[in-house]
Amino acid sequence: MSAAALLAVDPAGLGGAVLRGPPGPARDRWLDELRALLPHGVPFRRIPLGIGDDRLLGGLDLGATLLGHGVRAQRGVLAEADGGVVLLASAERLPAHTAASIAGALEAGEIRMERDGITRRDPARIAAILFDEGIGPDESVPPSLLDRLAFRLDPREPAPELEGDVLAARALLPRVSVPAELVEALCQTAAALGIDSLRAPLFALRAARAAAALAGRTMVDADDAALAGRLVLAPRATALPAPPPEPPPPEPDQAPSEDEPEPGAGTMDDIVLQAALAALPPDLLARLAGGGRDTRTGNQGRSGVLRRQGTRGRPAGVRPGDPRGGNRLALLDTIRAALPFQRLREHHGLALAIRPGDLRIVRRQPRTESTTIFLVDASGSQALGRLAEAKGAVQLLLADCYVRRDQVALIAFRGRTAELVLPPTRALARAKRSLAGLPGGGGTPLALGLDAGFALADSIRRRGGTPAIVVLTDGSANVGRDGQGGRPAAERDAEAAARQIRAAGYRALLVDSSMRPAPAARRIAEAMGGRYVPLPFAGASAISGLVRSGA
Amino acid sequence: MRETFPFSAIAGQEEMKRALLIAAVDPSVGGVLAFGDRGTGKSTAVRALAALLPPMQAIAGCRYHCDPAQPDAACDECRAAGRSEATSARVPVVDLPLGATEDRVVGALDLERALVRGEKAFEPGLLARANRGFLYIDEVNLLEDHLVDLLIDVAASGENVVEREGLSVRHPARFVLVGSGNPEEGELRPQLLDRFGLSVEVRTPEDIATRILIVRRRDQFDRDPAGVAAEWRAAEDGLRDSIVAARSRIGGVEVPDDVLEDAAKLCLRLGTDGLRGELTLMRAARALAALSGADRVERAHVVQIAPSALRHRLRRDPLDDAVSTTRVSRAVEELFTA
Repeated sequence: MSAAALLAVDPAGLGGAVLRGPPGPARDRWLDELRALLPHGVPFRRIPLGIGDDRLLGGLDLGATLLGHGVRAQRGVLAEADGGVVLLASAERLPAHTAASIAGALEAGEIRMERDGITRRDPARIAAILFDEGIGPDESVPPSLLDRLAFRLDPREPAPELEGDVLAARALLPRVSVPAELVEALCQTAAALGIDSLRAPLFALRAARAAAALAGRTMVDADDAALAGRLVLAPRATALPAPPPEPPPPEPDQAPSEDEPEPGAGTMDDIVLQAALAALPPDLLARLAGGGRDTRTGNQGRSGVLRRQGTRGRPAGVRPGDPRGGNRLALLDTIRAALPFQRLREHHGLALAIRPGDLRIVRRQPRTESTTIFLVDASGSQALGRLAEAKGAVQLLLADCYVRRDQVALIAFRGRTAELVLPPTRALARAKRSLAGLPGGGGTPLALGLDAGFALADSIRRRGGTPAIVVLTDGSANVGRDGQGGRPAAERDAEAAARQIRAAGYRALLVDSSMRPAPAARRIAEAMGGRYVPLPFAGASAISGLVRSGA
Repeated sequence: MRETFPFSAIAGQEEMKRALLIAAVDPSVGGVLAFGDRGTGKSTAVRALAALLPPMQAIAGCRYHCDPAQPDAACDECRAAGRSEATSARVPVVDLPLGATEDRVVGALDLERALVRGEKAFEPGLLARANRGFLYIDEVNLLEDHLVDLLIDVAASGENVVEREGLSVRHPARFVLVGSGNPEEGELRPQLLDRFGLSVEVRTPEDIATRILIVRRRDQFDRDPAGVAAEWRAAEDGLRDSIVAARSRIGGVEVPDDVLEDAAKLCLRLGTDGLRGELTLMRAARALAALSGADRVERAHVVQIAPSALRHRLRRDPLDDAVSTTRVSRAVEELFTA
């Protein structure tokens, strides 16, 4: 048995798991195992990605209500799954609101419904299993939801084998206790691995308890804690611990309190920490050691929030109107509008007499959300010249985006790659941080940068947003699409890449950051069908004005 | 009823706890926004506050729990019915859950009565339930924009006006708005930000002893809520008494001229917009003084509460919100430690 067994022992306590990787037999096996381990009759519900609040959280049972049974409420899927498990495939594309509702249910263990004239609370003690098939860094499960699941795993990787009887363990669980030094060890380990959220050590604690129960013990031992460290803490690590365990700072003035780690706790910390370290993914170690960022530790913004109603904008209340012509009827509100007049109207044998004037439709806010994609040339030529100035210009643009409540994304290209430094986000403080930390140097793969910008713009448009591309470069492309050097080929590729932006009709703007306005940069701007602004003449605030006026 | 985690048992998060207690002592301070890291007990603290609040007097049978001591502010129903009998009631702490629909927030035609009895009646919503209490919105930055607009309006006027489904109803809706959220998931609309009197930054404690304490207490509570509640009952009672004492003392708390001048200087130095910052700073400092048993506001009270009262009012450099706390403390230092 794998970690699925721990989840089967304490589903609501552990919150669930996110399974990374593509669909495949390993994932199916894991899921089958979990289903087999769960006691008979426990709900197991699959939640489709586009589920509406009425089915997720519940609402008015229209059928029963219209049949004249009075107001009947209908529970949503989360409440129906009480005591069991909900399953979400393609969780990386989960709309922010759905994710927040699920996170809320995991946190509270209940659903508070304030919908459709109904107020009620239903228990929803559930675990959520998420399939994360995200490939690029702009696709990931919303961090607030991720934080509430104990396990993150890749079912294709080897996992520790557990043994025991799940049913017996479930009965035993309430009586399992944890020695104080193991609580401390788990907290220390979480801190050493750079894990901020205090939910992590709490989950580790519960996982250790479930492991002990599974082994038929009423006391958590060091092995249980080590297992919990490996399963819960290691996948959340954002930092490597300082090589020698830090000796506690001497505090002669302070009397030792019960909260301080007791002498001897160090060995316990070591066991848990070593177990967690052993389970760290090798590429994480490499990335951390190299000082790079782990873009997948759940600290990123939501990719251009996929809203419930797709491209037609978000619901924004209801208004009287004609439901024909593509508008959606707001049935409940229509009935409400008709009700006060029922005694006055001819019914013609119908239960409810509805007149055209009663009809209500869902009002939608047209989708106006735009995303400005900054494509920043961080190559050597740029770094020597005016990267700092370009950064300054982007900062001003960011401030402008804030005022307009736009989203921003940042792509940097240098050397042989274009990297999505910041997926579309409204958290501009993070945009600024990413920008400040942007290293410079290497060749200028302008074509790769434009390609990356184009791909991102495309995905934003498909989600219903409006992308705009702002390129900051000196235009001296010298690395082609194949990653090979050579100016003529590189320039050809760059122009080709620019032309697809024009073909797709994205708004574009090129800020030429070379010391003297360069013909190459102007050619790229023309190929993109965008405006060309030489930085020496533009000044940062003028660029900001240009973007505002629609470039 | 399910036990709630005791307020007194919350380790760390002093700024958040202080802001909530101030709002409990003087609701006119105008709401608390707790923005920050995940898993730091923001909603735990708000729910704990609900259990901590001393009961209030309300007019019996009133759906808006009107205050018997303020007949002028009574709702139309109370006036019409001439109700005046007082009863003890819990201070409402109302959750506005995600996915709430507009009809439940503002109130709407009572479906049940309309369908079954053919009567046209108003069914009050969450705003009515929150009158004279607290309205709590977790993940406030994810709230639908049309609900935000509505809240901004009601929070400013203290009155909810419903014109829908042939109903025309107005009722008092004065509440302390409490919001929490994580800025990484989206910014808050500036107009809504402005509605909060106090704004606190919630960070995960870095001190390992505090972290262990938090995890241990939480774990203890999960396993034995009744036991934990009993263990902290005395502390909770003490805290409740101090809220009651602060409320009765606050009217007599003196605000000396030099302290008023301090507050004015500080706001001037920080360039906060309008007078609202200064007013909130003074009110919060007075509530803090009352809570700590003082008869007059000292500079120390102003200094202590200044970051919460002012950090969200600085002229916005939107990219610099991380350092607004630093700006406030720097201004405090420059002005008052020389």
